[in-house]
Amino acid sequence: MVAQKKGATARVSEDPEELARHPLQAILLADSFTTKFRPITLERPKVLLPLANIPMIDYTLAWLESAGVEEVFVFCCAHSKQVIDYLESSDWSSQPNFLVTTIESHNSISAGDALRLIYERHVIHGDFVLISGDTVSNMSLTQALQEHKERRKKDANAIMTMVVKQSKPSPITQQSRLGTDELFMAINPDTKQLLCYEDKAEYSKGFISLDKTLIADNPSTVLHNDKQDCYIDICSEEVLSLFTDNFDYQHLRRHFVKGLLVDDIMGYKIFTHEIHSSYAARIDNFRSYDTISKDIIQRWTYPFVPDVLCGNSAIRVERRGTYRASEITLSRSAQIGPFIVIGQGTEIGNDTKISHSVIGEGCTIGSNVTIEGSYIWNNVTIEDGCELRHAIVCDGVTMKSGAVLEPGVVLSFKVVVGQQFVVPAYSMVSLLQQPTQQDSDEELEYADSSSGNVELPSAKLNGDITSDLSETRHGPTSELGTGGVGYIWSIFEGGHDEEWRHSVAPIPTDKLAKIMLDKDEDEELLTQDGNVLSPSGELKSDSDANDSEDGDNEGSRDDYVSFEKEVEATFLRAVHENVKVDHVILEVNALRLSYNMASVDCAGAIFYSMMKLAVESPHSSSSELHRNAADVITTWQNLLKSFLHDIDEEIEVILKFEEICLESAKEFSPLFAQILHLLYDKDILEEDAILRWADEKEGADESDKVFVQRAEKFLQWLREAEEEED
Amino acid sequence: MDFQVVVLAGGTSKNLTPLVSKEVPKPLLPVANRPVLYYVLHQLEQSNLKDLIVVVEGKDAALLVGGWISGTFVDRLHVEIAAVPEDIGSAGAIRAISHHLTANDILVVSGDLVSDVPPGAVAANHRRHDAVVTAMLCSVPISGPSESGSSGGKDKTKKPGRYNIIGLDPGKQFLLHIATGAEIEKDTRLQKRILRAVGEMEIRSDLMDAHMYAFKRSVLQEVLDRKDTLQSLKQDVLPYLVRSQLKSEALLNRIPRAEENGNEKVSSQNNQVMVSQILANASTPSFHDLCSVSHDGSAPIRKTHKCCAYIASSSSYCARLNSIQAFMDINRDVTGEADHLLSSISDHNNIVGPSTKLGTKTTVGPHCMLGEGSEMGDKCQVKRSVIGRHCRIGSHVKVVNSVVMNHVTIGDGCIIQGSVICSNVQLQERVVLKDCQVGAGFVVTAGSEYKGESLARKEK
Repeated sequence: MVAQKKGATARVSEDPEELARHPLQAILLADSFTTKFRPITLERPKVLLPLANIPMIDYTLAWLESAGVEEVFVFCCAHSKQVIDYLESSDWSSQPNFLVTTIESHNSISAGDALRLIYERHVIHGDFVLISGDTVSNMSLTQALQEHKERRKKDANAIMTMVVKQSKPSPITQQSRLGTDELFMAINPDTKQLLCYEDKAEYSKGFISLDKTLIADNPSTVLHNDKQDCYIDICSEEVLSLFTDNFDYQHLRRHFVKGLLVDDIMGYKIFTHEIHSSYAARIDNFRSYDTISKDIIQRWTYPFVPDVLCGNSAIRVERRGTYRASEITLSRSAQIGPFIVIGQGTEIGNDTKISHSVIGEGCTIGSNVTIEGSYIWNNVTIEDGCELRHAIVCDGVTMKSGAVLEPGVVLSFKVVVGQQFVVPAYSMVSLLQQPTQQDSDEELEYADSSSGNVELPSAKLNGDITSDLSETRHGPTSELGTGGVGYIWSIFEGGHDEEWRHSVAPIPTDKLAKIMLDKDEDEELLTQDGNVLSPSGELKSDSDANDSEDGDNEGSRDDYVSFEKEVEATFLRAVHENVKVDHVILEVNALRLSYNMASVDCAGAIFYSMMKLAVESPHSSSSELHRNAADVITTWQNLLKSFLHDIDEEIEVILKFEEICLESAKEFSPLFAQILHLLYDKDILEEDAILRWADEKEGADESDKVFVQRAEKFLQWLREAEEEED
Repeated sequence: MDFQVVVLAGGTSKNLTPLVSKEVPKPLLPVANRPVLYYVLHQLEQSNLKDLIVVVEGKDAALLVGGWISGTFVDRLHVEIAAVPEDIGSAGAIRAISHHLTANDILVVSGDLVSDVPPGAVAANHRRHDAVVTAMLCSVPISGPSESGSSGGKDKTKKPGRYNIIGLDPGKQFLLHIATGAEIEKDTRLQKRILRAVGEMEIRSDLMDAHMYAFKRSVLQEVLDRKDTLQSLKQDVLPYLVRSQLKSEALLNRIPRAEENGNEKVSSQNNQVMVSQILANASTPSFHDLCSVSHDGSAPIRKTHKCCAYIASSSSYCARLNSIQAFMDINRDVTGEADHLLSSISDHNNIVGPSTKLGTKTTVGPHCMLGEGSEMGDKCQVKRSVIGRHCRIGSHVKVVNSVVMNHVTIGDGCIIQGSVICSNVQLQERVVLKDCQVGAGFVVTAGSEYKGESLARKEK
């Protein structure tokens, strides 16, 4: 087969027309390299999760087949065995004009690794479609491919065409529909070239920054906030080699797309293709799972809807969007619909109400059950009187009578909920214990149920689980009430936000209002008095102005400013990417050496970054600001402490704090004493340092002593404490 | 139309020395032998905007300008002349004359604007959208500095193009972002809030702010009163208004705007209703309405205002006389490609005035203008130049790409290229000037050669 392929490529080079007849290939990543579907994905790969009772990957494969793709390479990593087994047992392995080949890997932790591996196999020749196995679409590729090829003919650097779709611009819509972060894209309106891609723009809150050269090169640029990335890419072969050349590329968007746009590697360009009437969306989290399920039921994805995908007469579509498989036992008094899917062999008891839900195969649902907006997979037993609202219930779960699932609950495989037990909102329940957070900092970004962790569930499934089960079974009560089996996962630090953003439950109205307010207030903080304060540059310009008097000092001051900037960036990265404290310390030390700074400066710079983070987090009152600051200080106290070796450095921190209060973040000045006290309580500052600082300020100007006076009460208290000790 | 027009005529601009002087302030600099101010006033008259305040910097200049206007536009326009101190900026100038402003809307035009864009269209656009400010935007002149490359010495010639970075909504009606001055050289920072409201913003760097604005008087006065740090309309006030649109604005809260925002009644309703409204409101007529909904029942009404843009069609002519280079370009354009400006103005538009005397074998090329009463000797050549009134030009003189004002005496054999010769200058025999500016009343001695210099009398 390889030889035949080589022949094909040789012919391609001779005749450009031949390019069009080349079999269209696709790479399907059957691993999302994220952890958003945990705990479910600990036991089953995401692509095999049912979407309206059909595994997600079937939607993707069916679309690829209909779009004219002839050869698909399915890249499996996490639970690769399950994916391969599924594909082998399904029809996909025996399609005449649609070749599905699996590529298995056990150590890939990102899309980048996957593409590098595929490059090494030399299986891709020519343009290919890059898609992940959780994408549902019904778009036609013809036009996009055509555009891509034409561009390629004119400009060999046009290596990728990204499919985008119109969406409503409001942050509420983005949040409530797919649960994704807002996305800003700059596109040249004439060429459709993608110029800027910002999906996680925390670093410049409230503002989006466009590079000046970008504007200089494009007299007209359109900045979009109303586009949705469909995660369907048409790529040229070069994309794979680019991943190999840049071995640090992991994430398709965050590293690859941004890397190409920002670093301008070899002048490669990315273009966009906008679809208008067809459907394309990716299941990124529970919320998009919910949304896309509903879209499927409402037939936006036609022809990829349950009745068509399942073949002839297996599923009947009735009025009000009701899909019924065969052999359903339905009580007469049950109220069914609208918009529900019921799988084969399911029994539903008396007076049960079901709406806007999907029920899998072989489920047994008792009487007087209320199911609303929920996803119930196969072989689930729900006893009488249960209530489910906006929940996901996996295979084999048993809900004892009277159990209640509040909105946003996810019950993983085979969990048992005890009688009358109320599972609190947004709970994640699994038979498996939550993996410890130890290994999650660096890998959390890319790794998930895949790679290293893959052994954990399987091992547990075979051995430990049973013992776990028996243990919990024996106990009279578990975390899930009498007779319940399973663990309620605690929420990751900082995950409280994700909880409602990504859950299947509708966003509570107060949160919606908060989104809007938050987004507004971000800017009001930054736009003070008509002057646009740049979040990163404000202190610099100020201190520059102050320091211009002592000119000889300026050089070192500049150094310090850029050092401070670097430290701040390091710190922010640490915050957003959960970098370990040890690593941050290492990085800051490296910076200190390269900028030739003293450790005093490190302490100051780190403290500055912490306070800045606190002030930039949304807050509406000074008490909230105080809480922000306390949070930051508590979380990062070890980092700060590791740079406070002696009293001088502690004094530097206080001085820095004064400077912050005076210059960059005046919001802090009323909180000066409180935060000083907090730092003392946390053992970050010793009383010696504080008292020495007060003494030093004794001789200073009146204006310099403002903060000493603010803290006078606290100082008094310190002094008294000292005397008492004596 | 209930519009008051403020023409900011300027005074003795430093950019234009040695062209301007006490005798010839900037508004009276000749463009094709007419004071530059004429073009603005004429356009206003054509649009039937006849209630004018002309603001001039400096009392002496105000007298000169006033004298000229009353001589030229008597009975045609209702003009008040206001003198303001120098260097108070355009915002300061408006502050100074604020008590004269009574109409609902104010059109502020720079006196050095030479354009065929009807001010009436800008005013109408402003009214139609009920905007707080409407700015006229025009294409960056392509005929500008880059073309006349020979006179490359000037600072602005090197980088043609970008004057402003402008953000527009998809319908090109609203002004969403504007960067001027030094900001252009930095990375552009756009407010996500505005972007969220519109969904899509077009960023253009090929448009420029032509310094013709229509303001809502109440808002303009309020802003100027409250923010006394704002210096310039172009660089401070307009960006400020643009930046603060679509959000709650304590500053503007006091302005009675109830009649404008009838759709803001929802403010009293609670959160839930608000949210459901937003969600239900799939096809909002305008994003301004959407954002004007209050976010919190107890909070004061969130005011919003609209900043609009009037984009002149790319075929229209629009230039500002704010540098020597611009002075020459405009003179060339008005006699050349933009001569429709002239023909519509002039009642006697002979390019060569009726009472000029030309010697034998003297040629006057196309795109030239010779003022009345000027005399030329034999075998002269004039190309792409403007020559004022009552000039005496000797024989064998070449004038190319230059502007010669009134009462200039040019001796035999002079060669003048790319230069500006102000009034009452005397060039003796065989003077060669290239890319020079000669201030009023200066005498250039015989046989001297200058290149790229600025010659002027010492101030007495």
